[in-house]
Amino acid sequence: MIIGLDVGGTHTDVVLLSNKGFIKKVKVLTNPSDLFNTVLTGITELLKGISPESIKKIILSTTLTTNAVVQQNVNPVGIVVSSGPGIQAELFGNVKHYYKVKGAIDHRGRETENINKQEIEDVAKKLKKAGIEYVAVVGKFSVRNPSHEIVIKRILNKQFKKIFMGHNVSGNLNFPRRIATAHLNAAVYSMHKEFFTAIKASLDKKGINAPIQVLKSDGGTMSLDASLEIPARTVLSGPAASIIGSIPHAEGNKDTLVLDIGGTTTDIAILVNKTPLLEPLGIKIGIYKSLIRSLKTYSKGIGGDSFVNVQEGTLVIGHERKGPAMAFGGLYPTPTDAIVYLGMMEAGDKKLAEQGIAQIANQLNLSLDDTANLIVKTTCNQILDHSMKMVERINKKPVYTVHEFMEGYKIKVEKILLLGGPAEYLAQQIEEISGIETSAVPLSSVANAIGAALARTTCEVSLIADTEQGIATIHEEDYAEPISNSYTEKDAIETAYTILKEKARGLGANEDELKEIEVIESQSFNIVRNFSPKGKIFRMKIQIKPGLINGFEKMKFDKAALN
Amino acid sequence: MLKAKNKTGLVFFPAFDWAIDPIHPEREERLLYTQDQVEEEGIFDIEGILEYKPEIVTIEDIRRAHFCVPDEKTITTESHLISAGGAMAIAKAVMRKEVETGFALVRPPGHHSMRVSHGGRGFCHINMEAIMVEYLRSKHGIKRVAIVDTDCHHGDGTNNIYWHDPNVLFISMHQDGRTMYPGSGFPNELGGPNAMGTNLNIPLPPETSAEGYLYIMENTVMPAIADFKPDIIVNSAGQDNHYTDPLTNMNFSAQGYAELTTMLKPDIAVLEGGYSIEGALPYVNLGIILAMAGLDYSGVIEPDFNPEKLRQSQAITDKIKSVSEEINYSFQRREELRERAGEHGEIQQKVREIYYDTDNLYERQNEKIRVCRDCGGALEIDSKATPGHHILAVHIPHQACNECIETGYDIFDKADTKKYDKIFLQDRPKDIYKIKEN
Ligand SMILES: [Zn+2]
Ligand SMILES: [Zn+2]
Ligand SMILES: [Zn+2]
Repeated sequence: MIIGLDVGGTHTDVVLLSNKGFIKKVKVLTNPSDLFNTVLTGITELLKGISPESIKKIILSTTLTTNAVVQQNVNPVGIVVSSGPGIQAELFGNVKHYYKVKGAIDHRGRETENINKQEIEDVAKKLKKAGIEYVAVVGKFSVRNPSHEIVIKRILNKQFKKIFMGHNVSGNLNFPRRIATAHLNAAVYSMHKEFFTAIKASLDKKGINAPIQVLKSDGGTMSLDASLEIPARTVLSGPAASIIGSIPHAEGNKDTLVLDIGGTTTDIAILVNKTPLLEPLGIKIGIYKSLIRSLKTYSKGIGGDSFVNVQEGTLVIGHERKGPAMAFGGLYPTPTDAIVYLGMMEAGDKKLAEQGIAQIANQLNLSLDDTANLIVKTTCNQILDHSMKMVERINKKPVYTVHEFMEGYKIKVEKILLLGGPAEYLAQQIEEISGIETSAVPLSSVANAIGAALARTTCEVSLIADTEQGIATIHEEDYAEPISNSYTEKDAIETAYTILKEKARGLGANEDELKEIEVIESQSFNIVRNFSPKGKIFRMKIQIKPGLINGFEKMKFDKAALN
Repeated sequence: MLKAKNKTGLVFFPAFDWAIDPIHPEREERLLYTQDQVEEEGIFDIEGILEYKPEIVTIEDIRRAHFCVPDEKTITTESHLISAGGAMAIAKAVMRKEVETGFALVRPPGHHSMRVSHGGRGFCHINMEAIMVEYLRSKHGIKRVAIVDTDCHHGDGTNNIYWHDPNVLFISMHQDGRTMYPGSGFPNELGGPNAMGTNLNIPLPPETSAEGYLYIMENTVMPAIADFKPDIIVNSAGQDNHYTDPLTNMNFSAQGYAELTTMLKPDIAVLEGGYSIEGALPYVNLGIILAMAGLDYSGVIEPDFNPEKLRQSQAITDKIKSVSEEINYSFQRREELRERAGEHGEIQQKVREIYYDTDNLYERQNEKIRVCRDCGGALEIDSKATPGHHILAVHIPHQACNECIETGYDIFDKADTKKYDKIFLQDRPKDIYKIKEN
């Protein structure tokens, strides 16, 4: 059996699944100042009456690093960058201990300026003096040649508790994001390590020896050990968990819109062939734009608790939340009040909801029923409007080849899945307005925890082979190998597959999960100088795409399964 | 974090799957390292820099600027249409005021394409800037346009299209035609009788460095633009003046390009040539983008940049000064030059031959222009390509006077379809394009 746990802002959801289906769920209150006890309580509650040996795997999605980053409650980090020509690297540092040092690598990975050992030793002294323990070392174009980062780390080594290098965070280009990402890893490293070491020790004490996996922001999992090297990948795993949780209800041949409608916000995501779309570069968290792989989600300020009011005779569903619905003791009317008033939802005080609707009805000069219906309809309309705009934006994203321009894939939504509190009450209305088949995900209130439980291990590698320079590299995995002029795309694919599988195993993947590999990008270029061919450049990105582990396809989700 | 002072739109279309042929300078690899540099710098994360997807131009769009022979489909590929569509997407974003300025980094280039196009010349098939400008004139009420071609080659295609147009100030600065393809663009090439002095050609001696370029900008280009008062400024931003370019002999730099852009403040810039794909393009493009956005570009310096080595000689400085003075003198006397160029209503004739190096064909043109004091004048072009087609093309200019409109229709109506493979009419005031054939 598998345990999936997702820490949310107010509740922490825990589920127990077997390959026959859903077994049990538990909801406990989240204590943001003591996530350790929140997680432990959740698991303890869930396992009442269940033998610990029967647990094969535990997947945790927490808000630990997210909260720390957003609240800037993290380790002070020293950042050392080497940059070379371009935008002044001084502009990217947003920490006190930020040092730009000599050394430059160009776009093909050639050294154009040496690093200066003495300069780095001086920086080390300053960092030590300032009491810095965690350092990020990042070079421009280090994913094309990490040697400067490696040398700098070697000079700094042993003087600091942990040093993160930029080329390990991602194979993607983007120097400012590389700096931010290495910074985030260094910043959350110690708290992540302490937290999960403590969780593991406590679970061990309870006789739960199952391996622990951690959910990443791309909706994939990684082992606890692997997460220590890349702790920042755990940020914002919550929204990813929900999206993964919707996948069992999607259909392979239908592009699916996933709407997670919460109290204050609606998170919008898209599944193509049961696979969530990814951000091209990485997630944005707080002030940081990063290279942390993540699912593409779009958050809009509208939900069940949005503030409903009338402006100049028109109904407005506000972006802000002014407390809970009146039906639940709030002071202002909300879409939830309309749902309660219309009798769609059993919970809530219908009398109080009616008072709220009456306020609006008076201003609009409409009957109570018409007003409530209008509120529901307007809410759905706005959510759909935001969603379709997102689809439009994705379809309009720039492409770089004639082929993609002419024949690139265009998303066409043919199914809508709803998650979150008001989901089941809005499904019919959304289907009517959009004309698209819509359903609320069963067990929607714990879809996030189910998503965590069923998520597969994911990862990506980027290979570059340059036959003129005679080298094939996947620097993010510290892989480099000499190649000859006869190197082909097939060789590139073979190498990329081998390294990707190694990486996935390192993250804790089982052999079954290694079947879901796909080539995301493959390009080759002739290198020509003075009208004569000098070699070829191959560029390839492959991944294990986000999705579900095998063996749970037949899982039942109907309400009967709850009993 | 970083924030652009001027909201700037970018179209990036490197056409990674298209080449004239595998070892041609106009090949897949051309913008590869530029893309690397732009992505590594995180350009698209800068607040106020927006990336747009190129559009694809339509046959109607092309027909505002060109007579394509035998037709648009035959002489273009999708990549040409998307490249021109890149310029178009930027122009529209600027018109919608989503951005203040924009840069289309697209390929293949277009500034060697003339009004009549039988195929490829100097890697160009259709003229991106002209297609965009004509769209803006037809759809956005733009009347006066300045096009500044800073490519190292004479922008002879754009020059040809606006040769008779007094409402477009076309300025090309380029390596002296005696030492460089296409061998034209001398100071005495000032435009036809109706537009003399709104075509300015500024040949620069080989080994001109930033000092020379910026001198010309300050002393000739910017004063002419200030005098002309265009509604928009377009920059044909070729990058082959760079000291590492394999096809040219100039000593311009990334810093120089960025400064030039800061001076010119183009509303729309469109990439043209530039074939030093590793040593120049990544840095020059970055410099131009930062300059357009109003961001600090002082760190954009080529790894092998050596200003001492690139310094221009006194002889070059003197030569540039005298060219500048010569052109300024012509520009200031442009009204007078037009008066002397011909009598209102007379028809002037010119015969010339054009070689299409990319597609290896010859074109012979017999061009007749109606000298007109009220507009750009009705234009008739008899054009025969070998191998190829024999056509007659009639152009009625934007803001044409009634007499020139009548003259144009008269020529078109009377033209004998037995004599030509096709007869075309481009009525710019009405935005109409007609074809007659047997
Ligand atoms: Zn030029
Ligand atoms: Zn050129
Ligand atoms: Zn006229």
